[in-house]
Amino acid sequence: MNSFYNEILTDHNMHPVHKHELSACTCSKDGINPTCGDEITLNLKIDDGVITDGSFTGSGCAVSQASADIMLDLVIGKSVDEAKRLRELFMKMIRGECGEEELEELEEAGALADISHMPARVKCALLGWRTLGEMVE
Amino acid sequence: MYDYKRDFPVFEKYPGLAYLDNSATTQKPVQVLEAVEKYYREENANPLRGLYGLAVKATDVYENARTAVKGFIGADSEREIIFTRNATESLNLVAYSYGRTSIGKGDEVLITISEHHSNMLPWQLLTEERGAKLRYLKCTETGEYTPEALKAALTPRTKLFACAQISNVFGRLNPIKEFADICHANGTVIVCDGAQSVPHIPVNVRELGVDFLAFSGHKMLAPMGIGVLYGREELLEKMPPFLSGGEMIEYVTLCGATYAELPHKFEAGTVNAGGAVGLHAAIDYMSGLGFAEIERRENALTRLLVDEMRSIPHVSMIGADDPDDHHGIVTFTIDDVHPHDIAAIFDEGNVAIRAGHHCAQPLHKFLRTPSTSRASIAFYNTEEDIMRFIGCLKTIRRRMGYSE
Repeated sequence: MNSFYNEILTDHNMHPVHKHELSACTCSKDGINPTCGDEITLNLKIDDGVITDGSFTGSGCAVSQASADIMLDLVIGKSVDEAKRLRELFMKMIRGECGEEELEELEEAGALADISHMPARVKCALLGWRTLGEMVE
Repeated sequence: MYDYKRDFPVFEKYPGLAYLDNSATTQKPVQVLEAVEKYYREENANPLRGLYGLAVKATDVYENARTAVKGFIGADSEREIIFTRNATESLNLVAYSYGRTSIGKGDEVLITISEHHSNMLPWQLLTEERGAKLRYLKCTETGEYTPEALKAALTPRTKLFACAQISNVFGRLNPIKEFADICHANGTVIVCDGAQSVPHIPVNVRELGVDFLAFSGHKMLAPMGIGVLYGREELLEKMPPFLSGGEMIEYVTLCGATYAELPHKFEAGTVNAGGAVGLHAAIDYMSGLGFAEIERRENALTRLLVDEMRSIPHVSMIGADDPDDHHGIVTFTIDDVHPHDIAAIFDEGNVAIRAGHHCAQPLHKFLRTPSTSRASIAFYNTEEDIMRFIGCLKTIRRRMGYSE
């Protein structure tokens, strides 16, 4: 069976790299999906326009937690502008409008591409990215 | 064993689907679909007002549906049967119309902690507005409410008690007849939410002795948008209209109106005649089947489901141990897997279940679980449906990356 619950997603859910507190963060923000109860707190350390470190804490479904972890993998070390661009790209992927090359730029976040066929879960995948957006826009 | 799925066209379209979300809504048999279509093809006009043949026909089929409902739940008179959109609207009608005129400052309304939001929020709003107090009856961990607990919770100020006959989370049958006797001895009116009971067990309002009973058509094979409020006639008589407008008046002047007789007083605006006709067909279908057969099939499938689930590690069921206490509703959790992921994996396996808080957030808080998953059975389900569900359930933890 072709499952949406692929190894990348389940691995990031069970063994998240970035799920911890971050005392050195320069900003943090809560994100919540009230209808499903997913909640995260996103912490970022931004120095001179570059995201030098990041973490999240919280609870929720595998999609929300793994997506946040994958996002942090992608944006840590990148400039804020680059993170904004990746966020746009992720939104585009969710709408099912991403080309092959663009999908590659998203690295492991591309593993969530099929969520465009699962409208009820889109908000779970977006929770981290939406919270990031609120912090950098 | 007769394959009732043959009566349900949705299973022609989705032959492999194990539809186990019947507590949310049931599928519709061809008999109901054809009755609704016949109404709109051959019997449609605006009922109750028209002065021509077709309008009389529309009125007849609409009122025949009311008579069918009266017989189905054992009411004394058609005057006690009010058509609404659904159980939620029925309960709101009681809260607004009966509640606003009968609940005063310092009075108490008692409801159970496992009520569906539709039998909770109207009482929260009402008590807040009236300066009354809303109190909650707590259940045991397995979802039981005893007559003793109810007795102890009632006070001289308790004007109204609202309670589901079968909880949509536990599936447990509450002893409504005893509750009604206890309430009446205390001068308390009892409102029964029958959304999960009327489709699955015989319900007779006279035997139960409830003052109000609410239920939805769409959970019992009928179309969405038709529901019922039963109310004891002497209470309904005294209640003011809930909604106002057309078809619920006798006479209107610039400064007031006299209202139509029961039940039309509570049916403002053009009614859902097509829905009522569909509900009539659903009642005929269920009566043809008989509750003995419905219960026999649903209980056998529930027993199979519960027995199979018991042997699966990391799966916990909520509610009573005895499958007969579940009435086709089995709510469960899987260790370390979020219900939304559970439902999504079931969906990939062609199994439809519900995940979330099932419109009972305070109960989930009380049970200390943020959300759960729920499989719910109807008579047309089969052993194959149950085994498809079980087969899928066994794989979920492994598919989420756990070793077992």
